[in-house]
Parts: sequence; structure tokens; C-alpha cells
Amino acid sequence: MFPYVIKRVLATIPVMTMVAVVVFAMLRLTPGDPAAILAGDDASGAQLEQIRRTMGLDQPILTQLFVWLKQLLQGDLGVSLISGTPVVSMIGSRVAPTISLALATIVLTIIVAVPMGVVAARRPGKLLDRTVMTFSVMGFSIPTFVIGYLLIYLLSLKLGWFPVQGYSPIEKGIGPFLHRLVLPTIALSGIYVALVARITRSSVIDVMGEDYIRTARAKGARESTVLLRHALRNAAVPIVTVIGIGVASLITGVVVTESVFNLPGLGRLVVEAVLARDYPVIQGLILLFSFTYVLINLTVDILYTVFDPRIRY
Amino acid sequence: MMKTIQNPAVGELPPVGAGIDRKNSSFNQLLLSLKSIPVLVALVVLVTVVVLAAFAPVLGTVDPIAINPGGRFSPISEAYWLGSDAYGRDLYSRLLYGARISLIVGLGAAAASIAAGLVIGVVAGYLKVLDAIIMRVMDGVMAIPSILLAIALVSLTGASLVTVLVAITVPEIPRVVRLVRSIILNVRSEAYVEAAVSLGTPTLRILTRHMVPNTIAPLIVQGTFIFASAILTEATLSFLGAGLPTEIPSWGNMMADGRMYFQLYPGLVLYPGIVLALTLLSVNILGDVLRDVLDPKMAKRT
Repeated sequence: MFPYVIKRVLATIPVMTMVAVVVFAMLRLTPGDPAAILAGDDASGAQLEQIRRTMGLDQPILTQLFVWLKQLLQGDLGVSLISGTPVVSMIGSRVAPTISLALATIVLTIIVAVPMGVVAARRPGKLLDRTVMTFSVMGFSIPTFVIGYLLIYLLSLKLGWFPVQGYSPIEKGIGPFLHRLVLPTIALSGIYVALVARITRSSVIDVMGEDYIRTARAKGARESTVLLRHALRNAAVPIVTVIGIGVASLITGVVVTESVFNLPGLGRLVVEAVLARDYPVIQGLILLFSFTYVLINLTVDILYTVFDPRIRY
Repeated sequence: MMKTIQNPAVGELPPVGAGIDRKNSSFNQLLLSLKSIPVLVALVVLVTVVVLAAFAPVLGTVDPIAINPGGRFSPISEAYWLGSDAYGRDLYSRLLYGARISLIVGLGAAAASIAAGLVIGVVAGYLKVLDAIIMRVMDGVMAIPSILLAIALVSLTGASLVTVLVAITVPEIPRVVRLVRSIILNVRSEAYVEAAVSLGTPTLRILTRHMVPNTIAPLIVQGTFIFASAILTEATLSFLGAGLPTEIPSWGNMMADGRMYFQLYPGLVLYPGIVLALTLLSVNILGDVLRDVLDPKMAKRT
């Protein structure tokens, strides 16, 4: 198992390096003078010169690349063009709402989607299955921000059960914190539930045809035992994989959801940076989100070997 | 980077082009699927959207960007079939012209990413020298969440229809490349390809006549999903203020404009949102049907 873990960890290095190079190349490969792109149309010559110096754009391109990679390794994401604050500390001050939202969404998704998938897989093609699949297609298709506004419209404006927008830090009390987290979490879960329910269903259906299921039934095991102990356990690997892969759509959803519900998290920060044309901040956040995505999938792959001792690489 | 989940129970893909029989049965299958009510409804919705977009100018619309300070926030009326927005612009007309934008973006991004992905994928699948490099770059691009990649590209190039199209297309390319490459790698060792090679057929001809045709069915399926995801990405970018220029009447822009007034006039956000959701739902349902018919192996896997 250990050689595999080490191999898998090492395999993320080229991917992360490529992400860094792609992000680096985007600014430099865009047609036009990078400094002018960053400064906007009405920048003076002196401003351009200053941006070139702070971003190192006056250096040869390979030097720029190595400086960039070296700074990344040191955890330095540069400074904001607008406020001059280091990007890392901007991220630090905005990370709490995003993590709360993401964790709440993952928990809600697992609680809702896995039972949905198992129930659907019990009798494929029957009414319950078709209902679950319909929900799943809808979850895929209805954009997060549309779900968000529908929830606000129905549950906040019409029924008044939840605050319309906003965030309350957990330090100010767990009640208001959770109360304001409910709607964003439901909105963000839509697509994730759809994804996980679909995979749970299809992998449980796959497993139901295996010999050991027949054996379990022949032993006289109850249907719930067969489903949960024998089928679901063996179907766990694809489900866990898709929870990892789904983090990509979760990240997209975070950006949108935080905008709809006015949560002061990293997703809002991306949008604010775009509107202010603050490229170093955008760049830093892309790297942060992409690395998070890669690392989560690394963790998932390593977890397999724990979940499923049959897997040998 | 990630393992694909292989299901040993799923057999091999039936040989592509196995003759009229298969074609006939796919066609029958397609006809059969029309008997399902959701599929029929999806088809009707999509055709309606296409017709409304195509004939927008003659369907009782006014100039979608005409500002009328006297008619702000008009309720549904004879003059404003769906009411008007904060600038007195007619929502009904904006929705119809918005459908045009969505369809253009969807078709454009699907065509462009398939064209680019096909070329890169064939090169990666056929030329072993370039394969490793190309696939590492693709892994890198794929590891960046597509909406963030698009946001960064738009913020670098400035907002216009073309730059938004490029920004939506680029993140879709790696998935097409992977698909094409895997098919090319699979058919490389087929007997008919080896036969063509030993007959001295020129490489280009082998590629275009014997290998690329195998990618058509899966690419059509992939294309419908890219179509839907491009429409969604455009709406999301525009909604966030990082998409099309605000004067273009797209559904995302309409929602972005309406956000500020949502509590008083929810329709400004909900109408375009619901139309967008219905369109995406229809395309996804029809895409699933196409996939079941054209690409049974992929259908079983998901």
C-alpha cells in the first residue's frame, strides 16, 4: 500500500505544476501588453512601469516563470493591485464562510443523495426509481443561482422562514450562523445531490448482479441487510470517487451561491476581484481552488486503499 | 489523474458501422423514446426556444435594448407582455433575443471545442511523442474549475461575444481531447487499421477514413452536453458580471440587472431563470436519449 500512496502523491506534482504554468501562461499569452491589460485602458506610463516592476513583467519570460514557481513554493501569491494587501491574507480573512458552506453542503449531500440512490436501485425502472432520476436530471439542469432565487422567493419573501441574504459568523452564536446557512446549502446541494444520487444508483445496480448478493439472499439475509451491508459497501468506491470529482462543481457553485446570498467568502472575493480587475487576486484564488481540488482527489484515491483492501496497484 | 471506474460486466462497444441493421435499430430506438412523456415535452420546449429565437423580430417584440424612462417596472400589460425592467426595457423581447444569444453561445462553444479537441485528440492519440506532453497540459487545464478559468480569461481579454465564447470553449477542450484520444488508441490496433497500414495507405487517409469516423457518435453525444454546459456557463458568467457586455440582452445579463430589485420585482430574475432552467433541462433530457441510442457503453457507465 505504501508504494502506491507515495506514487500517487508524486503524481500530483506534475498536475499542480501544470496548473501553475497554465495560470502563469494565461496572462502572458493573452494578446497585448500584460501590464496594459492589468492596468486597464486609462493607465499612465508611470503606472504601467510600476505594474511591470511589481509583477516582474520586465524580466525575461523564463526568469518570470521560475520566480513565479519559487514564490508559489514559499506560499507567496503576490499582492493585490488595488489595495496592496498580500493575496494570502485576503484569502485568510474570507475563508470561513466558504468552508462552512462547502462542509454543510457535502454533509447534506451525503445524507440525502446516498439513500436516494439506494432506494432507486432497489427496483430499477419502477416509480420510485423514475422519481429519483427525474430529480437528478432536474438537479443537473437547474442552475444554482436559479434554485437560490426560487428558494429566497418562496421561503424568505413569501413565507418569511429565513433571512433573505447575509452571513453571521459562528463566533456570534451557532443559531443565527446555521439559520443563515440553510438556504445557501440547499441551493448549492442541488447539482451535487443529483450527481451522487445518480452514481450511487448505478453502482448499487451494478453490484446487485454479483454472486455474493445472491449468496447473501440465499442465506436468508433481510433485504435491508443485503442492500446496506453487502451492496452499498461494495459500491462505495465509485460513490466516494464522484464525491471527490464533484468538488469541481461544488467550487463553481460556491462562487455563484455566495453571490446570490451575499456571503463574504472566497467566491465573493473572486467576483469582487473580477469587477475591480485585480488580476493577482483572481490568479491566487484559481490556484487555491485548483490545488484544493487536486488534493481532495488525492485524498479520495488514498482512502480507497483503506475502504477497499482488494484494490492493489 | 483519476481512475475511470471500469465495470467488467459491460461488454465491448458494438463495432461501429456494423451495417444497416444497427442504424435501423438506433432509429427505431429514437422513435420509441419519443413515446416517453418527458422526452416529448423536452423536444417541444427545445423546438419552441429555437423557433422563438429564430423568429424573434416578427413575434411582437420591440427593440430589446430600447430604454423607456416612462415605463419602468411596468407590470404585465398590453404593451409589455411580461412587464418591463428598471430601464423600461421590454422583458418579453429581451427573453426572445436572449434565447438567440444562448443558442449562438451553445452552438459556437460546442462546435469550437469539438473541432479543437478533435485535432488535438487525434494528434495525441496517433503521435506517441506528443502524447505525454499534450495530456499533461490537458490534466493541468482540467484541474482548474472551468468557471474560474473562464472568469480569468474574460477578465484578461475584456468582455465581448467572441472572448466569452473562447473563455467558455477552452475549459471544455480537455474532455473532448480525452474522449477522442481514447477512441483513437482503441482503434489503432483494430484489424482494419492494420490492414490499411500494410496496404500502404497514407497516414492522413487512415486517420480521416478509418479512425476519425469512430469518434462521430460519441462526439455528437458529448456535443449536446457541451451545448448545455456552455449556455449555463455564459449565463453564470454574465450573472456574476464577468460575461457578455451588459448591453447584450442575454438571460444571464437580465438576471444580473434584476438582482438589485429582486425583493420588489422577483419576475426580473425569475422569468429568465426559469426559461434558462427549462432550456437546460430539455437539452439534458434529449442528450441522455441520444447517448442511450448512440453510445450504449457510456450510457451504462453513468
